[in-house]
Amino acid sequence: MVRFPGSCDEVDALLACRRFGEAELLWHGERTVGDADAVVIPGGFSYGDYLRCGAIARFSPVMEAVGRFAAAGGAVLGICNGFQVLCEAGLLPGALLPNTGRRFLCRQVEVEVASAASLFTRACEWGEVLSIPVKHTTGRYYASEEVLDRLEADGQVVLRYRHGQNPNGSARDIAAVTNRERNVMGLMPHPEHAVDPLTGSTDGGRLFESLAAGLVPA
Amino acid sequence: MSAGPAASRHRELGLTDREYELIIEKLGREPNGVELAVFSLMWSEHCAYKHSKKLLGRLPTEGPHLLMGPGENAGAVDVGDGQAIAFKVESHNHPSAVEPFEGAATGVGGILRDVFAVGARPIAILDSLRFGELASPRSRYLLNGAVSGIGHYGNSIGVPTVGGEVYFEAPYEQNCLVNAMCLGIAPADRLMRSAAAGVGNLLVLMGARTGRDGIGGASVLASAELGEDDASKRPTVQIGDPFEEKRLLECCLELLDRGTLRSLQDLGAAGLSSSAAEMASKGEVGLEIDVGRVPLREQGLEPFEIMVSESQERMLCVIEPDELAELEAVCARWEVRATAIGQVTADRRLTVIDSRAGADHVVGDMPVEALVDDCPLYDLEPARPARQIYGAPARKLRSEDPRDALPALLSSSNLSSRRSLFEQYDCLVQSRTVRRPQQSDSAVLQLYPDEDGDGVRPGIAISIDGNGRRVACDPYHGTVEAVLECAANLACAGAEPLGLTNCLNFGNPEKPHVAWQLERSVAGMADVLTRIGVPVVGGNVSLYNESGGAPIYPTPVVGMVGRLPDVGSVPQLGFAEEGHEIALVSPRGFQPSLAGSELAKLHGAELPQGLADIDVGAVWECIEQVRGAARGGTLASIHDVAEGGLAVALAECCLAGRIGASVSAPDGADRLTGLFGEGVGRFVVSGPPEALSALAAGLGDAVATIGTVGGASLALEGGLEWSLDELGGASGALAAAFG
Repeated sequence: MVRFPGSCDEVDALLACRRFGEAELLWHGERTVGDADAVVIPGGFSYGDYLRCGAIARFSPVMEAVGRFAAAGGAVLGICNGFQVLCEAGLLPGALLPNTGRRFLCRQVEVEVASAASLFTRACEWGEVLSIPVKHTTGRYYASEEVLDRLEADGQVVLRYRHGQNPNGSARDIAAVTNRERNVMGLMPHPEHAVDPLTGSTDGGRLFESLAAGLVPA
Repeated sequence: MSAGPAASRHRELGLTDREYELIIEKLGREPNGVELAVFSLMWSEHCAYKHSKKLLGRLPTEGPHLLMGPGENAGAVDVGDGQAIAFKVESHNHPSAVEPFEGAATGVGGILRDVFAVGARPIAILDSLRFGELASPRSRYLLNGAVSGIGHYGNSIGVPTVGGEVYFEAPYEQNCLVNAMCLGIAPADRLMRSAAAGVGNLLVLMGARTGRDGIGGASVLASAELGEDDASKRPTVQIGDPFEEKRLLECCLELLDRGTLRSLQDLGAAGLSSSAAEMASKGEVGLEIDVGRVPLREQGLEPFEIMVSESQERMLCVIEPDELAELEAVCARWEVRATAIGQVTADRRLTVIDSRAGADHVVGDMPVEALVDDCPLYDLEPARPARQIYGAPARKLRSEDPRDALPALLSSSNLSSRRSLFEQYDCLVQSRTVRRPQQSDSAVLQLYPDEDGDGVRPGIAISIDGNGRRVACDPYHGTVEAVLECAANLACAGAEPLGLTNCLNFGNPEKPHVAWQLERSVAGMADVLTRIGVPVVGGNVSLYNESGGAPIYPTPVVGMVGRLPDVGSVPQLGFAEEGHEIALVSPRGFQPSLAGSELAKLHGAELPQGLADIDVGAVWECIEQVRGAARGGTLASIHDVAEGGLAVALAECCLAGRIGASVSAPDGADRLTGLFGEGVGRFVVSGPPEALSALAAGLGDAVATIGTVGGASLALEGGLEWSLDELGGASGALAAAFG
């Protein structure tokens, strides 16, 4: 679990991961990810995000290490600001733009699993509906039409907002995408805030469960 | 202003001639420019509470759960398991009226610092906002700016905004209110105090560099009425940087964990002057500060500017000299600036040095006691006005038909759904939020999110309230009502109150009718808190909330924190299941009244002068019984009946549960009063019949079964019926204000 000085949800995500496996915080100044099986880049405002969300974080020492880890096939999950960082770092296609409503929006939304083939959704069924909150100002997924066509054709679109629930104007209702190799995923909804019935829902746990299941040696 | 004798400058800085003479007497000479600047702030209403201190002494400040009372950066209560909850509410009204985004944002930043200054990790923010009527473009501008500012700061720093309230009333048109409350959690034995200690210890300034922002904020903005040239005061509003504060927060908490700090204090109103003087006063020591060592945002700041700047995101701490290296290492890791700017002395003086002009160049030398304790306190001269001083609200509803009244109330600015506002805040971060805004009458948090599993999960509930129009009708009873309303909100979650923080927002106390409002309001608060055994742990006073000579509605905002044994058993606000019975709990002898109600406002009725007496004992009995029932976990829903009366409460239960109800609501000659009359202490509850019988066993005829849950409409006996779609459409009206 990468921790930038402006991370906000890193402890939430750490606790969520620990429901399904072992997890530790990784300081942004580190130059290696150690012996981690997977890296999660949490939500927040990495370095304040005054320039552009994730624009500074991509230059951090730890992101160089994450890049090498991903290139070697390691599983990398970016949540919200983490998604923005992965797009800025070129580990994921596309970009995240300000919401069409131009405001911060915190809301429980439903997303549909559009691909159960990723490391992060393998425990889910195709078409399964998950109730997970979003909270962001800059979450409108954007890519050129050609890129969007290719993402859909290659099954890189993993989660979509259910019809009518797109909270930010994302192209083609996209809530999560992977890279072509499917070992790096970014999503705007916060699965770490959906792992306990007491605080809302447990549907986000399906993603951590998928990730943990994939990492256990068969 | 330059150093040197100040002639009549003191008046421009808000000091009276008599106060100025007293300063000369205390110093034994004329103050120089630096000293005058420091005195003018320390003796401002904002810092010295010179018109309210005597009154505040009436409030109870002792309680079985109290760990730290008024006087520290924030108060704290014991929530069990060796843990403390620190909390405080504070105003940032005048800055927000001048520049709403930065004013509100820095209001949040300031209250967060108050909480981590006592060693607590901030875990929740609530806000209490007041604006003019929504029809006014200025009100919508202030609302949008303030909400964006609060969200910007809270969301960015990773502290959830879990609740709050907002009212729209014409008297707040020019002078809006932005009160922010923060709660933090800390091990009870690690609560930090601000008293400086240990002669020879170092005084270290941490955080942002010091600039010219917010110079004179406490005296110019916070302690005088707003006027026409307020745009020119924009430079006195501070600018916030939540990323700087996030690092400062994490850095301070790590230093506290390591035990590096001897004392810690945030820099708020009046900047270094106030923080240093308070630390020295509490520690009964002196402090020597070298303004030449303070890191500056721009070169050439005068010594007085450095002493009074309200630049944000700064903390002052005292450490032993051999701890400096450790402090510097922790600060470097969090990229927080830390500079030793002075030391603790024995002489009980605040000595200001400017080493830029020579090693021991003294630019100010003042007795700490004179700064902190010797400001003259004024007696209020209260006089009850002969008639109501506030004009009638504009009439918005012509019809007297209850069929029209309910949708009109639900779509009114004070009662419509707050969803479009709360969605602009992160209410989830830190994983404690068990009830999101509007899911319950109070915010409900679990204390220990890292303890999963199926065990009992202790928690807290928080409510903030203060209906200024009711207080304008009757300062005494309106305030009693606000306190009881908070306790009722906590009871809906099963929480018992542990402590209360208040922010007294009033007009100019030098005016007899405002003094009367303030005196009666504090008397009401003192009486009801004494009766229910809840102490005040700290708070804030914001006076001079006037513009064009007219005061705001007197607005005592109270924030109450309670504890509950298990958040797993908290009932919902909304009706849950077809066939459940609905009951109304009312205090014995309760009579609803339209006087001062929301419906009366829509009808443009004059504000009455006086509200009905409240039988606090009867209300408290209901609150205690309802709290017990909520803890029992057998009731499906609990909602307190507040603004808009019974009909609005029923509609809210239907909308929250997305299910209708059939109710045999009071009929008879005065149906409007029965349906829409107000008064504190009533609850609408629902559940299986046996759960309601159990509640009735404790309360007897204070519980009346009035209907059943089911259907897709709210149907009242006698042919009144509204579909859920109609009610839902009406209550969505606030969204339009966020263009």
